[in-house]
Amino acid sequence: MRRIVAILLLTILAVGISLSLTKIPFGSSETKIGRHYIDKGVEETGAVNIVTSVVVNYRGFDTLGEVTVLFIAAIGLGVVLSTSRKKATREITPASLVLSTGCRVLFPLILVFGSYIFIHGHLTPGGGFQGGAIIASGFLLIYLGCRERRISRVASNLAESLGGLVFVIIGLLGLAFGGYFLLNFLPKGTANTLFSAGIVPIIYVAIGFKVGSELTGIIDNLIEES
Amino acid sequence: MSFLDNYIYYIGAFGLILIGIYIILVKHNLIKVIIGLGILDTGVNLFLISIGYITKGTAPIFSRPGIDSEHMVDPVPQALVLTAIVIGVAVLALALSLAIRLYQHYDTLNLRKIRGQRW
Repeated sequence: MRRIVAILLLTILAVGISLSLTKIPFGSSETKIGRHYIDKGVEETGAVNIVTSVVVNYRGFDTLGEVTVLFIAAIGLGVVLSTSRKKATREITPASLVLSTGCRVLFPLILVFGSYIFIHGHLTPGGGFQGGAIIASGFLLIYLGCRERRISRVASNLAESLGGLVFVIIGLLGLAFGGYFLLNFLPKGTANTLFSAGIVPIIYVAIGFKVGSELTGIIDNLIEES
Repeated sequence: MSFLDNYIYYIGAFGLILIGIYIILVKHNLIKVIIGLGILDTGVNLFLISIGYITKGTAPIFSRPGIDSEHMVDPVPQALVLTAIVIGVAVLALALSLAIRLYQHYDTLNLRKIRGQRW
């Protein structure tokens, strides 16, 4: 019964969607705002990666909201899992020598790669969100490979809070110097070099720290529970 | 065939969205419902990306001087999806943590057997 109702509902939905989709042509984006970002983006923000200049500069306030959503999801997960009645301490079988040595060799390399991704966010594909996810995958490797290791909660919370604080403080500095929140008040420099684009790389490094420590915290909470 | 060439990404995206909604409506296992949410999320992201696509498009990055900007894809949906993917992961983790709590409380993940979750 339920299945039939669901299929009926989905058919109506599919017909409605397909009727409206024929009005949206594929392969020709007509938005003027995207064209403006492509034509003027390098000149206005100094970042050659237009996606980065949209995320951090043109829509920086939006990104602050999205980082907040991520933060609230991580906090919610921590709260839901921390109300457990009993914390059963399980015996942990230590990993074999090959596995733990492999983890120890790979972990710093993954961290360096993640940092490269978020430091070069305004030049190459990538940025704070992607770099943070890569760094969290490095910590996941440590949790799965060297099972007796645990990251320090204090350091993780410190990195998370610092990331958020740097983002907000830079926004407020823009307000103080030029009159609106998240103004790009630093010199733009020459495009296509590492020290260019003003506040964009600084904010992306802050986002990288924040996302990396939040995703690591999520992994930490879920592994504690298992 | 030109119809397929033009609309294959939209069909794929809305196929994923409809599959996700179907799983959420029909399945009884909470883990499967969460998997359905993940599929729905992927479909929405694919749809947003394919709206901004331009035929023979390239990434909107001026990695060398004098690069042709005529065929660059729309950067706005890419920027939206970039954050939506990370948020999707966090929301999935939150849903899984709620599933863990629910299992510890009711000793089952079958939504039919949990009072208040039945419809």
